[in-house]
Amino acid sequence: MNDVCNTAAIFRQGNTNCGGCGMSITLQMLRRAVGANPVHLVIPACCGAVAGGTFPQSTYGVPTIMSTFASAAAVASGLASVASLNGEGTRVIVLAGDGGTFDIGFATLSAAAERNEDILFLCYDNEIYGNTGGQRSSATPQGAVTSNTLEGKLEQKKDILAVMAAHRIPYAASVSLAHAEDTQKKFAHAVAQKGFRFLHVLSPCPTGWKSEPALGLELVRLAVRSGLWPVYEIFDGKRYTVSIEPDFSDEALGLYLSLQRRFQKSGLTAADLRPAIERNWQSLRALSGRIIPGKRESREG
Amino acid sequence: MSSQLLSANHAAALATTLAARANRKGKGFVSGVYPITPSTECMEYLCNQKIEKGRVVRVESEHSAMGVCIGGAAAGARSFTATSSNGLAYMVENCIAAANLRLPVVMVVANRTLGPPWNIWADQGDALLLRDAGLIQFYCASNQEVFDTVLSAFRLAEDGRVMMPVMVNMEGFILSHNVAPVEIPQQGLVDDFLPLTDIPHRLETVPHTLGQVELPHQNECHRFQHHTAMLAAAAIYDDIRAQFEPIFGRALQGALVPYRCDDAETLIVSMGTMGITAERVVDDMRAAGARVGSLRLRLFRPLPVDAIRAVFAGKKRIAILDRNIGLGLGGVLWSDTRALADPGAVVQNYLTGLGGGDVRPEHIAKIVADIAAREISGAPMLMEAV
Ligand SMILES: Cc1ncc(C[n+]2csc(CCOP(=O)(O)OP(=O)(O)O)c2C)c(N)n1
Ligand code: SF4
Ligand SMILES: [Mg+2]
Repeated sequence: MNDVCNTAAIFRQGNTNCGGCGMSITLQMLRRAVGANPVHLVIPACCGAVAGGTFPQSTYGVPTIMSTFASAAAVASGLASVASLNGEGTRVIVLAGDGGTFDIGFATLSAAAERNEDILFLCYDNEIYGNTGGQRSSATPQGAVTSNTLEGKLEQKKDILAVMAAHRIPYAASVSLAHAEDTQKKFAHAVAQKGFRFLHVLSPCPTGWKSEPALGLELVRLAVRSGLWPVYEIFDGKRYTVSIEPDFSDEALGLYLSLQRRFQKSGLTAADLRPAIERNWQSLRALSGRIIPGKRESREG
Repeated sequence: MSSQLLSANHAAALATTLAARANRKGKGFVSGVYPITPSTECMEYLCNQKIEKGRVVRVESEHSAMGVCIGGAAAGARSFTATSSNGLAYMVENCIAAANLRLPVVMVVANRTLGPPWNIWADQGDALLLRDAGLIQFYCASNQEVFDTVLSAFRLAEDGRVMMPVMVNMEGFILSHNVAPVEIPQQGLVDDFLPLTDIPHRLETVPHTLGQVELPHQNECHRFQHHTAMLAAAAIYDDIRAQFEPIFGRALQGALVPYRCDDAETLIVSMGTMGITAERVVDDMRAAGARVGSLRLRLFRPLPVDAIRAVFAGKKRIAILDRNIGLGLGGVLWSDTRALADPGAVVQNYLTGLGGGDVRPEHIAKIVADIAAREISGAPMLMEAV
């Protein structure tokens, strides 16, 4: 029976996800990182819950429970408690959308992080409520049109990694699916590490982003190149490491915007986004101690 | 067996502790807890117990408290939580999930008025929010009953034929904070009474998915299965009672507690501690020659329809007391049971003790006098307003 669990895909073929969905890619990458570890998966309401398909067949190749929208981290805490009480070594993984992470699931997530539960919380961030047809979330970037912000969202995206870092959890990282090696390294670390781990994946969503399905990974690459999606790790809430250096080109940023129709209406340009990107990176540089060594902490710190 | 002076909150927590320890050779015990008056002392007591192979997770909300129980039970552990009033309202979504997922979580509710406006006193309206949600519901009337019912709730919830949450209710303060002697069994006896928790659909190593999308026909089949299992739970509870007595040396109260009903013409029907007060009134009135009896429902879901009908048979006047109000209709106990009386019987609803009002013998005597003067049933009546 163990073999069934340990060698099959986490996310089987024939599922109902849209073509080019970043969550599908995320789950394929996760499979490799999980290796022979026994896994229990928790999925709150989101596209991932629908992707499971209808009873009794399931897309998920590991034991999985669907939780209520706000409860993933709490349900995972229960599962992780039993695993630990019984010395089972099961890795409990949450797969949640941005809604179940940034919004309705936020208090639950924060509390589980504060308790340092032995959970890997993986947020696939498509920057929208995909399941309910594309409404804004607090992860939706400024300027993006959604079904309930028709002129483009006015507010900025919540900086969730900063919030998670403030919980001083053992490991938090942002992930670029366009950089497979880096992703694999982070997934492997996050699966193996004990305590609360948080992974934030920019997850292309052709349906919500109004983009070509085949361009998903290219869009992620552009977001990384331009500096819009900083890819970095935070250890224990204080040691920051930048994983991928952007070239900060306006070309990349302009392409990123123009290849998605969600940014058309607001007429957002590269120049509009540049100041916020610069501010972000200034603080990231300071925190990672790479450009402003004066504030550097010792690694052993 | 030892006798301890305990509040019902502490009695519930101690019963849970013994049940938790009884699963030490199984998958253990996992509980999520969050404080709210008048249930707080239950979770505090539990948090201070040593439970080998047990974990009580101090979460940030009732919603998560039940979330933790869902995760714990989904992984095969015994699980428990306690709450009250707005805490229960906040937890509702996950109570429904636990029920639908057929997870045998045991919960204790110290019944309290929902707010705001804030009122911390007894009212059964909180638990009745979940009347139709697929959780078995008991209502208790003494600390010993709370202890015994919680212990047997684990047995009932985890029975393979039942497999669903069980809610044990006690009125806030009236029971939750009232201290009384409670007979406490040795751990060994509890071990004999409670088999190791075995949840057949728990997550193990074989891939399967709990709670995924269901098509309409699958959903109706699952819900009807759940309904059928709940209906069968009343008889299974009687089996459990038959095993309780030889192990613990005292009887476990049944689904219904009829008191001097056989030759009664007038019946006082209630749930919770009002039933004990009603029994005193019955004794007094019987002494004066009135043919009055009391029926206390301990099991409200599944509703023991046939057993209630059998007690109602031949009764001319039935006074149904509700410490709750289903706004827009009347008392919930009344609306659920009034059709079980003989045709032509006067069935009158009395809303009494709402928002924690004290229901004293003189109130119940007044109710009996009121119904004695009636030729036909009227609209639900608010007693304090009379
Ligand atoms: C309590 C509750 N409120 C609302 C919903 C409806 N709902 C289901 S999924 C969803 C949005 C999910 O968004 P996200 O977490 O970003 O995942 P995605 O659908 O984008 O994959 C909403 C609003 C729900 N299931 N439960
Ligand atoms: S709506 Fe977006 S996130 Fe949901 S399945 Fe489609 S592409 Fe994936
Ligand atoms: Mg989303």
